[in-house]
Amino acid sequence: MARVIASGAALAPAAAPAPARAPFDARRVRADFPILRPRPGQKPLIYLDSAATSQKPEAVLRAMDEYYTTTNANIHRGIYRIAEQATAAYEDARARLAGFIGAASPREVVFTRNSTEALNLIAYAWGRANLRAGDAILLTEMEHHSNLVPWQILAAERGVELRFIPMTGRGELDLDALPPRLADGRVRIASVVHISNVLGTVNPIAAIAERVHAAGALLAIDASQSVPHCPVDVRALGCDFMALTSHKMLGPTGIGALWGRAALLEAMPPFLGGGEMIREVRLERSEWNELPWKFEAGTMPIAEAIGLNAAIGYLEGLGMDQVFAHDRELSAYAMERLATVPDLSLIGPDAAKRGGVVAFTLGAIHAHDVATVLDSDGIAVRAGHHCAMPLHARLGIVATVRASFHCYSLPEDIDALVAGLHKARKVFA
Amino acid sequence: MSGGWDEIYRENILEHYKHPRHHGTLEHPDITYEDANPLCGDHIRMDLKVRDGRVEDVRFSGHGCSISQASASMLCERIAGQPLEEIKRIGRDDVLEMLGIELGPVRLKCALLALKTLKAGVYGITQWPGEGEGS
Repeated sequence: MARVIASGAALAPAAAPAPARAPFDARRVRADFPILRPRPGQKPLIYLDSAATSQKPEAVLRAMDEYYTTTNANIHRGIYRIAEQATAAYEDARARLAGFIGAASPREVVFTRNSTEALNLIAYAWGRANLRAGDAILLTEMEHHSNLVPWQILAAERGVELRFIPMTGRGELDLDALPPRLADGRVRIASVVHISNVLGTVNPIAAIAERVHAAGALLAIDASQSVPHCPVDVRALGCDFMALTSHKMLGPTGIGALWGRAALLEAMPPFLGGGEMIREVRLERSEWNELPWKFEAGTMPIAEAIGLNAAIGYLEGLGMDQVFAHDRELSAYAMERLATVPDLSLIGPDAAKRGGVVAFTLGAIHAHDVATVLDSDGIAVRAGHHCAMPLHARLGIVATVRASFHCYSLPEDIDALVAGLHKARKVFA
Repeated sequence: MSGGWDEIYRENILEHYKHPRHHGTLEHPDITYEDANPLCGDHIRMDLKVRDGRVEDVRFSGHGCSISQASASMLCERIAGQPLEEIKRIGRDDVLEMLGIELGPVRLKCALLALKTLKAGVYGITQWPGEGEGS
């Protein structure tokens, strides 16, 4: 059942808001995000939790609304007009994403529910087919739980050893610890976060890829915090698998993707079984569909793929290098301003080594108390361990407050945060 | 979450947080139990001295946010001298009433940790063989 991956389909995503390569203007960008617009009689939302999920521009909301109001139909099945349009739009999103991350072909892009499912897909499908007792998996101390737990399950099931690249007190990977962990040749796969969701640390993926490959292992990366914020090219990074999620990159929840080298994906058994992932089904056995549909069982998130396509269009219009520069400027500004708050301790590396994430503790005041005081002024931050308990344990802290940025964040947001922190200190003095 | 910080952090919560009652541990407690809320790192230990089915003395220790620590302090104040049976009757609404605030689902866990710890400790001891029912 050969299929054409459509491009330039009907239902093309809404055009980017600004002409490509226009000078970056966060204030104008912000106007595209309905949730951030002032509402009469309401406190403005000061949103500093973009590492948890980003806000969505109007173009994304419109694209999904348009799909549901004009073209809603199941994909890859119907032979009527809107079903074909929906299929084309879904596949167009895949092609768009493939281009966005530098994939060799859309065949290498598998839609999933989110990064977590993409990482689980690798662990279940690749891991179960390739790992034996005595093999090892290499992770790091700064992983999100989504890049720890699937491997823990696999390791327990297969008698596989988990190894970890340690982290320094400044929240950077200790690459000197890499060679001894790879020396015995038992590591078959390494899975490493690209940008830490807590520390903001940008890890040197290309350098890690080189050493991991030299040891005969594969490299998967968790790009949940990088693809939404900076230019990412899978071939330049030199990784073998990459997991990403739409909702952190201005797109809707409910869709993410796994990118993998075609030869690896082809050799892997399916992950979930069901409709669409098969070529032919008999009562006793089935034959699998070709890539990438082999890994897409059941009806996929169609509207979400269309929303993601619009989000990528929007980000491309801004320019990912400009988005990243904006993030980093805000981080540098935040670190400078936060350093003036008494008792505040920043965690993580220097501004030059991080993306748009700044986490800290405020004396003995619990992160939840800080966040509650900030919330009363309409300031949304994350408080807790941010799904990275081992990272916090390594740093000897229970919980942190985290401010994180995206293209619509402004220096005023950080000023409001700093004022709120002074207030929190007063309340709990 | 609704309300300003002045509303959420009512004076009595801050007062209990900054000056907790019954804070510390007991040397030879009849009941001791600890529990944690791993989501935010709140940790509470409750020590009780029991005589004739009554809470003769109670201490709490641990760390966490103001809501978790203040509710532990208030709860200790409430149960000191009371029959153990009374502890079984204390429910979530009683804790919220003591705190005097409404809480969202995340902070609700902070507020109820002390009660959860206390009940686990008390129910635990009543289930031990050889102990009289309800004491």
